[in-house]
Amino acid sequence: MTMLIGSSGDSETKAVQAAVDKWTETSKVAVKVVAASDLNQELAQGFAGGSEPDIFYMSWDQFQTYASDDYLEAYAKNLSNADAFYPALKETFTFNDEFVCAPKDFSTLGLVINTDLWAKAGLTDADIPTTWEQLHTVATKLSADGAAGLSMGAEYARVGTFMTQAGGGLMADGKVAANSDANVKALEFVQSMLKDGSLKWPADLGAGWGGEAFGNAKAAMVIEGPWIAGALKNDFPDVKYKVVELPAGPSGKGTFSFSNCWGIPQGKDTAPTAQELVEFLTSDEQQLAFSDAFGVIPSTQSAAKTYAEKFPENAAFVAGAEYAISPVAFKGASDVIGEFNNSITTLATGDAKSILDTVQTQLDSAYQAAQG
Amino acid sequence: MSSTTTAPATRRRRGGLNKGETGAGWLFVSPAIVIVGVFLVAPILLALWVSFTNWNGRFSPINNPRVDFVGMENYAKITTEDGLIQQLFGRSIRNNVYYVLLVVPLQTALALFLAIQVNRRMLKAKSFFRTAFYFPSVTSSIAITGVFMFLFQASGVVNAVLGWFSIHGPNWFADPSGVLHKILGWFGLSSAPAGWEKPGFLGVSTWDWLGGPSVAQCVLIIMAVFTTSGTFMLLFLAGLQNIGSEVGEAAVMDGATGWKTFWHVTLPMLKPTLFTVLTLGLIGTWQVFDQVYLTRGTPAAATLTSPAYLAYDQAFSSNRPGVAAAIAFVLFLIIIVMTLLQRFVLADRDPSGYGRDRKAKKKAKGATS
Repeated sequence: MTMLIGSSGDSETKAVQAAVDKWTETSKVAVKVVAASDLNQELAQGFAGGSEPDIFYMSWDQFQTYASDDYLEAYAKNLSNADAFYPALKETFTFNDEFVCAPKDFSTLGLVINTDLWAKAGLTDADIPTTWEQLHTVATKLSADGAAGLSMGAEYARVGTFMTQAGGGLMADGKVAANSDANVKALEFVQSMLKDGSLKWPADLGAGWGGEAFGNAKAAMVIEGPWIAGALKNDFPDVKYKVVELPAGPSGKGTFSFSNCWGIPQGKDTAPTAQELVEFLTSDEQQLAFSDAFGVIPSTQSAAKTYAEKFPENAAFVAGAEYAISPVAFKGASDVIGEFNNSITTLATGDAKSILDTVQTQLDSAYQAAQG
Repeated sequence: MSSTTTAPATRRRRGGLNKGETGAGWLFVSPAIVIVGVFLVAPILLALWVSFTNWNGRFSPINNPRVDFVGMENYAKITTEDGLIQQLFGRSIRNNVYYVLLVVPLQTALALFLAIQVNRRMLKAKSFFRTAFYFPSVTSSIAITGVFMFLFQASGVVNAVLGWFSIHGPNWFADPSGVLHKILGWFGLSSAPAGWEKPGFLGVSTWDWLGGPSVAQCVLIIMAVFTTSGTFMLLFLAGLQNIGSEVGEAAVMDGATGWKTFWHVTLPMLKPTLFTVLTLGLIGTWQVFDQVYLTRGTPAAATLTSPAYLAYDQAFSSNRPGVAAAIAFVLFLIIIVMTLLQRFVLADRDPSGYGRDRKAKKKAKGATS
């Protein structure tokens, strides 16, 4: 069998190959692990040419598109550990009320704080923000010399958490609700921070993404996921930081979860064997081995609990899993999200309501089209 | 053209080819026919078919009961049907129009200028300059894009140099605002006049059509001129050396100054080369992809998309191969039309005997003799 993965680096490829080799010992089925350079493109090419891999990484934002176009075998409901996964992750990979593929691992967003700059600004643990107002206050205190108190990617996948915290979201009760009052409130709060400079986009700090701005000490706090740990370790090993949960908004806590699942092509002869492999790879033991190798959070609740104890510095990310939701990702939504991301770049000078009105119209027509 | 049509008749009269030789001829060309057929003609026909279907990329697009023929639906989606795909396509066309409008004249002018400089008999270290100017063309566009993204960072080298002159450089790749909009802003026109902000042609508002290239796109334009003018310099150089020095000497004898010689003698004689350079330039700029692909994560990426990139994106990120193929064929039509148009414009005033003028000249000759 062949397995196509969108690997984050050598350590991940090696860990996956090692896990697969271990499975081969008992199953006697050899599996070749291939690390893709452009996963979407290579998958599309494989499927069109009838040479798709027997098992592959399926990202959350492409899942609905693939599922609705009959690419994926809906095997996950038959797994013996089907109920062990986080409900939010199961929901992400559910299409037409069917749990399609098993989540591989997951990440949530947290607030990453540079502890040196934090102490320098005279802040203590008691100041860790738990509300929007507190976040705004500490971000203002932390802004100095062209550096921003807070930074995050200018995209829905970050700004959207504020919408959740305000009680909104792009969808509500199976309807598009992009221009709801809660969402306007959320964008206007982000805008107010942009206007006084306590929040700056990474590009305005001369950085390619939040982690880089954070590493350069251009931002004292960023909203990022667990992947920031690896990046900081490699590029900025001297930066001291800690991770806390995102502050709550007017309607409570909220964060996003991102995940990949193990995709199996629909109707392929190797599907039953591939399913056994997935069962092995998603076992608690194996997932914790992956965590050790490349820092991902296990997708099953019991393994994630062990993980939080083992890596207390990442406990906040695991805590977020309890209330995390997945960003909107039905077929055709990615174009709309792309447009939304463009207008988020210019949010500082834009009008929150009219930006969301545009999203509403576009997302609504994409949703109608997706429903067929 | 007329000489080739009469050729078979002459051949038959001579009786040169017999049946065996015809067979051998076919045998010898068959590998070429098979290769061209399999790798060129068949894929194009298949893509044309895909552009008329609702194929979703799963299984084969032919002989597949799940694939329906949908006629012009994919073409309608990008051109006439109001919606996001139309807007994306409209914006990619707008971006590319500005790219072509700036890159083609600039790279042609620069290439010609460089060619004339390195063609001077008095110039020392000729081969050094020729190599130096040609060098960017040899380097991969991927590498150059990487270097440019680094140079044009908010705190990058370019802005540091601008800082010496007390100019506060923009955050290049994060600035989606149009250059023309910026200039209009200096005159107090910072937002669209009434009615200009409504979706217009291809879903893009009149105001946006008139936005000019974005600040981010200016970087790509500079880069394209930088990388391609070396190649075209070589073409011009070959053209210049074909002309020979005696023509220039004759012009000087007739009392023409340097500028006049260039304008009335050299340039007209370079017209065939100019035609080639402009055609290659037009095709290349309408197909711009590498740079767009590499800058897709930057904040102003939306102002950099080209139809070629959009086709890739629709095919591989959105699973809409039909729409992608339709975009590709519209792009193909645009390029054909542009090339014909340019051929028409250049040929009209063509004194060298190429293009349209030739027929007219023949007629004139016939009339006088």
